[in-house]
Amino acid sequence: MARVIVITSGKGGVGKTTTAAAMAMGLAQRGNRTVVIDFDVGLRNLDLIMGCERRVVYDFVNVINGEANLNQALIRDKRCDGLYVLPASQTRDKDALTVEGVGQVLEDLGKSHDYIVCDSPAGIEHGATMAMYFADDAVVVTNPEVSSVRDSDRMLGILSSKSRRAESNEEPIREHLLLTRYSPERVARGEMLSLEDVQEILSLNLLGVIPESQAVLNASNAGVPVILSSDSDAGQAYGDMVSRFLGEDVPMRFLEAGKKGLFSRIFGG
Amino acid sequence: MGLLDYFRNSGRNRGSASVAKERLQILVAHDRAARDRPSYLPKLQQEILAVIRKYVDVDMNAVSVNYEQEDSQEILELNIVLPDAAGRT
Ligand SMILES: Nc1ncnc2c1ncn2[C@@H]1O[C@H](COP(=O)(O)OP(=O)(O)O)[C@@H](O)[C@H]1O
Ligand SMILES: [Mg+2]
Repeated sequence: MARVIVITSGKGGVGKTTTAAAMAMGLAQRGNRTVVIDFDVGLRNLDLIMGCERRVVYDFVNVINGEANLNQALIRDKRCDGLYVLPASQTRDKDALTVEGVGQVLEDLGKSHDYIVCDSPAGIEHGATMAMYFADDAVVVTNPEVSSVRDSDRMLGILSSKSRRAESNEEPIREHLLLTRYSPERVARGEMLSLEDVQEILSLNLLGVIPESQAVLNASNAGVPVILSSDSDAGQAYGDMVSRFLGEDVPMRFLEAGKKGLFSRIFGG
Repeated sequence: MGLLDYFRNSGRNRGSASVAKERLQILVAHDRAARDRPSYLPKLQQEILAVIRKYVDVDMNAVSVNYEQEDSQEILELNIVLPDAAGRT
């Protein structure tokens, strides 16, 4: 059976889709048979970030409704063996995702994959709860900013009560913190919550810290998961995060403000 | 602003981040307390009120139910304001 990983956050625009694409690619690069599913029905964009938007024929909802089978809907990644994308529907509404339908698709995918990465929509509504219901692991994507931290904490409450594991009294979902869009310079100036601040409040297992980076924008412009930009800070940070997820002990990087001369430090250059 | 002030203000604790952290700590504690509150409280309040109404004429506002969780114990506090003798049936 595959392990089901949900990429979640309460707040929108924090980097979930960026993370889902990077993590799925990273897992597949390391030889795991991986599929990444877009749960953002109506607002799909995982296909854009993965760069397969022009190859979408059928989607998740078509499969649930029996209008297409899984093999027809899965899009094989051309850059990495063993990686597939299941796109969301652009036109349906979120209620098209039913517990039975989603459960069946995950069960079928689980037979032939090692990891299923679920890119969740923002919020605590139906689409988001469907994405997390079957999860074994949850990556809680958080920005160092008040509303994002608060919403992440709310998500933790939902993860621990409204999931299959919670309802059947199984071992709870493994929860991980991924802090993204981190700017060590702004933290050093006292303008941004630090990693320590966020950890003190959420106290979660830290999977990684992704710096605020132009490389993310470049990657999404090109339709290439940023983890493939292996010479960029964000690409490397995502690589480290995947290694940690797989149990490797990798030190945190990109936490310190860039080394600057004394002059620019004093005058804020 | 003098150079000395600049150095003072640039300390980690002076920035808006420390204010954000304090606010979050309070807010998140509050959220968590609300999340863990047992969901039977509203119903409990209604039923208690119904029982009391068999004997005295009190309205909804006369009953307050408070629930508090401390490290090792949970306290359920009921506060019922009874009307004076004229209101009793
Ligand atoms: N580490 C980062 N550095 C800079 N920009 C980022 C970073 N992570 C995400 N972004 C940008 O933030 C926006 C929202 O990201 P996205 O992954 O779509 O978030 P979500 O799926 O949570 O709504 C996008 O424009 C993306 O390019
Ligand atoms: Mg998204």
